[in-house]
Amino acid sequence: MGFINALPGAVAQGLIWGVMAIGLYISYKILNIADLTVDGSICTGACVCAILLANGVNVFLCLLIAFIAGALAGLITGIFHTAMGIPAILAGILTQLILWSLNLKILGKANLSISSRNHFVLLTSLNNPVAIAVSLLICVLIIVALFLFFYTEIGLSVKSTGDNEDMSEAQGVNVKFNKVLGLAISNGIVALSGALLAQYQGFADINMGRGAIVIGLAAIIIGLSVSLKIKPNFVVSLIGVVGGSIAYYLVYTFVIWLGLDTDLLKMLSAVVVAVFLAIPYLKKQYFTKPKLPSELDASAQVSGGEPNA
Amino acid sequence: MLKIKNIYKTFNANTVNEKRALSDLNLTLNKGDFVTVIGGNGAGKSTMLNAISGVWKPDYGTIEIDGVDVTNMPAFKRAALLCRVFQDPMKGTAPDMEIAENLAISARRGGKRRLVWGCTKGEREEYRELLKQLDLGLEDRLSTKVGLLSGGQRQAVTLLMATLVKPKLLLLDEHTAALDPKTAAKVLKITDKLVTENSLTTLMVTHNMHDAISYGNRLIMMHEGRIVVDVSGEEKKKLTIEQLLQLFEQGSGSAFTSDKQMLSK
Repeated sequence: MGFINALPGAVAQGLIWGVMAIGLYISYKILNIADLTVDGSICTGACVCAILLANGVNVFLCLLIAFIAGALAGLITGIFHTAMGIPAILAGILTQLILWSLNLKILGKANLSISSRNHFVLLTSLNNPVAIAVSLLICVLIIVALFLFFYTEIGLSVKSTGDNEDMSEAQGVNVKFNKVLGLAISNGIVALSGALLAQYQGFADINMGRGAIVIGLAAIIIGLSVSLKIKPNFVVSLIGVVGGSIAYYLVYTFVIWLGLDTDLLKMLSAVVVAVFLAIPYLKKQYFTKPKLPSELDASAQVSGGEPNA
Repeated sequence: MLKIKNIYKTFNANTVNEKRALSDLNLTLNKGDFVTVIGGNGAGKSTMLNAISGVWKPDYGTIEIDGVDVTNMPAFKRAALLCRVFQDPMKGTAPDMEIAENLAISARRGGKRRLVWGCTKGEREEYRELLKQLDLGLEDRLSTKVGLLSGGQRQAVTLLMATLVKPKLLLLDEHTAALDPKTAAKVLKITDKLVTENSLTTLMVTHNMHDAISYGNRLIMMHEGRIVVDVSGEEKKKLTIEQLLQLFEQGSGSAFTSDKQMLSK
């Protein structure tokens, strides 16, 4: 019975982390950058939101400021990467470390409680149906906003920047600016999810972002493995990513219910993500079926070359 | 249209790997010139195109396009003036985006990208008509991801993209070299059609002497970072490969060494 009771909580957490995974999708899938800033920016969002709530600031304003704080974190990584020539992964790690100190300064201490009894919050783990409704609504709003954005002239050029930088530059796209812009949006959304998470769990903690990128990647990988089979377009992908995040938390809740040592959970997540990231490579290396001469037919001569997917 | 004055470029300066790639290079292109560029490996052909398109700054000298000094202009800003098609068909298009989206990206070259719809319905109709002219059956595949096309098809789309907004200068960097002969011939035909129809000022680097002679109104040959042969007009029309080799020996002061790639007819 315990597992059934834990399901609403798992869905709510899945949706909140779904917001995070959408943010990560922008850097990881669209810009083609593994951005480690997110481990810090999700915590920044939580810290900013918690300290502002504790000081009686309106909750919507808290979310907005958390978004801006995350976007600034993305801006720092972007500038490290584009203007200073630091490899993207390193730039993210550097910003992450900067954020760890800043988060401590923002929060003033390692842990701050924002109980829903004393503060008006949008969602709390004490009321999961509302939490699910609120986080679902926020997911939908973000997906719609991103859909609109990525089909504008600027949005398309951000997409092409990640897809083919040479081509984009040759077509007059300011690729450096676009990378910074994409990283800012990405981390803004990640921080927003941090703000939601702080409200949901009723506290912000300096360590809450650790390993966030792995959870986000897991959500993206699980989600895309399904959604790309249904319809490979932008909106379906993002819905899939949120779904992947929910699936992740359902499995997470299930293994806890099974009695797995919770100390091992992060390791387990990382191993699962490593395996899934390895599958496409291993498939190509060891399981590609060679085409035998006897199977070659006239069709091979008709096309103007091999397709390059 | 294009004025290159006294360009020098040395790679790995002051090291044992020092390589003087361009040395006092001068070239002036008139409006509407379709110039073919040949030369052996390491003659500086691609280096010249890199200098023009702004991959790096030359050590010395100036580059002017249509009266604008672009010597210090970043590459993405130069895109308003020029467009370049690379040898590698993968380089010119975004594989994970639709054909129409790729075209839409380049249709906004040189303009300011705004927060308005990036690929309108009306545009798609326009692209359909343009793709029809390529005669590759792409007009019904506007929503196809470019990554699913063959190298030749991708190169043809890249060429179309290059001419959507008429560039002051079109740079073709051995853009058919990676294709099989049949596809290469087709892409070259499309090139000629697009260049002449739009009367684009064009620099086309090629390894194929035959193509260099039969296309364009002017031919230049490079050697050790400078231009050693420059023929145009009637003289070029009558040119044969044998004459060209002779001109090369006179211009460079060295006997023509058998460079197999260069000799390909």
